[in-house]
Amino acid sequence: MANAEIQRSKPRPLSPHLQVYTMLPNMLMSIVHRITGAALYFGTLLLAWWLIAAATGPDYYNFVSGIFGSPIGLLVLFGYSWVLFHHMLGGIRHWIWDTGRGFDLETVDRLSWGTIIGSAGLTLLTWVVGLSIKGGF
Amino acid sequence: MSETVLRPTPSPTEARIRTPLARARGLGSAKSGTEHFWLQRMTSVANLVLVVLVLLQIIPLAGADYAAVKAALQSPLMSLPLLLLVLSGMVHMRLGMQTIIEDYVHSEGSKVLLLMLNTFFVIAVGLACVYAVAKLSFGA
Repeated sequence: MANAEIQRSKPRPLSPHLQVYTMLPNMLMSIVHRITGAALYFGTLLLAWWLIAAATGPDYYNFVSGIFGSPIGLLVLFGYSWVLFHHMLGGIRHWIWDTGRGFDLETVDRLSWGTIIGSAGLTLLTWVVGLSIKGGF
Repeated sequence: MSETVLRPTPSPTEARIRTPLARARGLGSAKSGTEHFWLQRMTSVANLVLVVLVLLQIIPLAGADYAAVKAALQSPLMSLPLLLLVLSGMVHMRLGMQTIIEDYVHSEGSKVLLLMLNTFFVIAVGLACVYAVAKLSFGA
């Protein structure tokens, strides 16, 4: 028993981690996919808040809507929309890989750049459309 | 008085009559097979379709007043995809956060606690959304 405890307290050997690899686009996309997933996870609080506000009544809805419409609120929503599109396109990339296709380095790079450029494009498109509807332009 | 002895290494007889699968079952960290992977992928398909359906209706609400937002959320064309997205999203986000926790939290106590909190969070947020949409749809 004592022996087992001593063995357990010894630090386990670790394999080389992030610091030994050169940062490549697909590595960055993998990390960002996880971070955006976690951001979407906590961002569901914003959706729940907005829906609860709408279900509560006009006064509280206008209060919450004012927060979302403030400069900081818009910045958070802008970030949240990019996070959503990035995670969405990253998911599509994973579907392609799930079929066993697209593992050659050139395609991997192209898919990674496609994810980042596509997510930026979709975010801008969404906000251009949204702000034109709102009459901000 | 009999004593229960945990014996991962089987006796010679046991080794002969039990299949390797029977001995491995229930041991180790893999408590289930491919369900996690499959559910993650299946809900990702649902999420993509539903998120597009919901976004196409939410983006036009930019700058809309309360009455317009309420009317939009009461429409089944909005509320049904939204409710489905919440359900599918709950499963998806719980699995995703479970993976993150299992990857980075190695102490058994914190891991179990965080996995529990993960489930609580997902159900609480998801149910709050469902409650709000239901209240709007059935007359707020």
